[in-house]
Amino acid sequence: MIIDAGWYMALASVLFFIGALGLLIRRNALVMFMCIELMLNAVNLTLISAGRALNDLNGQVAVFFILVVAAAEVVVGLAIIVAIFRRRSTASVDELSEMSG
Amino acid sequence: MTDYIWLIIALPLTGSVLLHFFGRYLKEPLSGWLASAAIGGSFAIALLGALPFFEGGEHGTTIHLWDWMPAIGANLEILWDPLAAFMALIVTGVGLLIHLFAIGYMHGDDRFHRFFANLNLFAASMLTLILAGNYAMLFLGWELVGLCSYLLIGFWFTKKSAAAAAKKAFIVNRIGDLGFMVALMLVFAAFGTLSYTGVFERAGAELTTGTATAIALLLFVGAAGKSAQIPLYVWLPDAMEGPTPVSALIHAATMVTAGIYLIARSAAILELSPTAQVVIATTGALTALWAATIAISQRDIKRVLAYSTISQLGYMVLAVGTTAYVAGLFHLMTHAFFKALLFLGAGSVIHAMKDEQDMFKMGGLFKKMKVTGVTMAIATMAIAGMPPLGGFWSKDEILAATFERGGWWSVLWVIGLVTALMTGFYMTRQFVLVFMGRPRWSEGVGPKESPRIMTVPLVVLAVLSAIGGLTNTPIRLTLEHFLEPSFEGVHIQHVPESTVLLIVLALLSVAAGLAGIVAAYISYRRDEKDWREFEDGLQPVWGIWEDAYRIDDLYGKTIVAPGKKAAEVAAFRFDLPVIDGAVDGVGRFFQRLGEWTRPIQTGYVRNYAALFLGGTVLVVLWMLVGGA
Repeated sequence: MIIDAGWYMALASVLFFIGALGLLIRRNALVMFMCIELMLNAVNLTLISAGRALNDLNGQVAVFFILVVAAAEVVVGLAIIVAIFRRRSTASVDELSEMSG
Repeated sequence: MTDYIWLIIALPLTGSVLLHFFGRYLKEPLSGWLASAAIGGSFAIALLGALPFFEGGEHGTTIHLWDWMPAIGANLEILWDPLAAFMALIVTGVGLLIHLFAIGYMHGDDRFHRFFANLNLFAASMLTLILAGNYAMLFLGWELVGLCSYLLIGFWFTKKSAAAAAKKAFIVNRIGDLGFMVALMLVFAAFGTLSYTGVFERAGAELTTGTATAIALLLFVGAAGKSAQIPLYVWLPDAMEGPTPVSALIHAATMVTAGIYLIARSAAILELSPTAQVVIATTGALTALWAATIAISQRDIKRVLAYSTISQLGYMVLAVGTTAYVAGLFHLMTHAFFKALLFLGAGSVIHAMKDEQDMFKMGGLFKKMKVTGVTMAIATMAIAGMPPLGGFWSKDEILAATFERGGWWSVLWVIGLVTALMTGFYMTRQFVLVFMGRPRWSEGVGPKESPRIMTVPLVVLAVLSAIGGLTNTPIRLTLEHFLEPSFEGVHIQHVPESTVLLIVLALLSVAAGLAGIVAAYISYRRDEKDWREFEDGLQPVWGIWEDAYRIDDLYGKTIVAPGKKAAEVAAFRFDLPVIDGAVDGVGRFFQRLGEWTRPIQTGYVRNYAALFLGGTVLVVLWMLVGGA
């Protein structure tokens, strides 16, 4: 059975908006981080399915790059979150509003 | 020898720099001696360098030091010719004596070394002015001299009047400088160069009478500022606020002669314009008379000398305007001797009187101060034009040359003669008030003769005042032959050929001077109440003279007050609201903008994320709807 690329796209957009919504309403830095990952992988999914549908390898190549960069980003991001947690004993980002104008 | 001429400027300049930076580590008299040594070295070099000119016929050379602005003919170069050598010898020679005198006079001053640093800087600037080989370098020296004048008049700047006088001198000189600068632009427009050689060689062939008149008159505006001629003379009397050696060096013997030098140097241009000659000569004669009338009635010993200086400068300007350049420069020299002597003598008196300058509170000082008294007597006779002292020969040469020119100049000659009478009067009045009659000072003053370091320069200057005139007598025209190569190709107005006429003219001017001397002696040798009566008898004219025609008030009302008003309007009506307003407005605008946009920055990550998302959605929509 061949599933139409449109379904993958729909799934990706659903995942993306779940991620975006989570990012906007959750306060826990760790959860927000996971939401970002969700959005990122939603985009990866679109790239892969578009590449497949258009018979173009570039889509998959791009995803590999994104995965590598995302792995690095996760390392840095988690390190920051751990550092903040150690200092503030909280993971709520609303506590971190010192940069307000 | 010409290889070392640059040292004439460099020595005092080095002295000044050294004293400015390291002078405070030197003990008091040492910095004075260092400065004197610097200027003494300049004098020696100038003398050695001038030796070839004494043999006559030597034209002098241009010594190129380095390129400055070659495109406009303005390099650092020295024109070493008889005229420059002559001026350099006066400045360094008289300067040296005044430096030595100042060692004694400035004794005990907190800023002793600073005084000598500035004095040396002045000498270097004046020598730059004199030795310059083009108008640009002359202008450099000209401005530096103005600066030094400012620094030295205001040397005691904690005194309000001294600070004001320094400012006044500077500003009035700036007015003259404006004319000078325009003249330089005209010279450049006409010749494409500012170098003396380029200008003077081509002046006769290329300059129209109109341009020559314009240049000569504008140069004269500059000269009138520096050499204190009507209407720009007002700064000089106030300049007496400076220490007396400064008055002697700058405001009597050297700096004020810069204008005379400038006109004499530009003889090739003045030659082409009879109109400018009339204007310059007339201004000179009027200044001579005008200042003499004021000098008659002053009570301050230094003010008398200040107005006397203006008057004598008037004579010199009259001479150069008559194109009797040598006579003018001759008077410049003799005047440098006797006026420096008069000022230093006055300084000696002021020193002895514990800073009292009012002549009405002096009297009978001759017995207490023999050396000062005798030397001052010689100077008084010299300036009054008594033979065979300096002033006789030089003043007589000016008057005779003026007479010889005839026409309008006959009127100027009469003015000169009247001035000679007044000169005799005011100088004798001063001498009698200070040195003769009963003492009018209080018991505590106890005047006594000044120390050796002050009296030796007085004696040297007295000798020079006495014999300086013999350098250019109708019998032996040494100075004229010396200076002749510098005025080659220029018409020089000479004294009459006829010996009888010469003697008659000389007798007339001596008679005028003598009449003044006798009149003053008769009026002032008696008791105080008698000459007070005499002066009151001449009211209201005397009062007007004593107030110097109230010219300062007039300038204050007509020029200074509107100027201040204009500055006020510019400052508080324009600068503050418009210029500052615009600058502040830009700042305020962005401040407002910042305040208005500040709430966007909440510090909550989700807000940023929401904005980010919104922005992305907008971009995507835009792309979908039909953008790129």
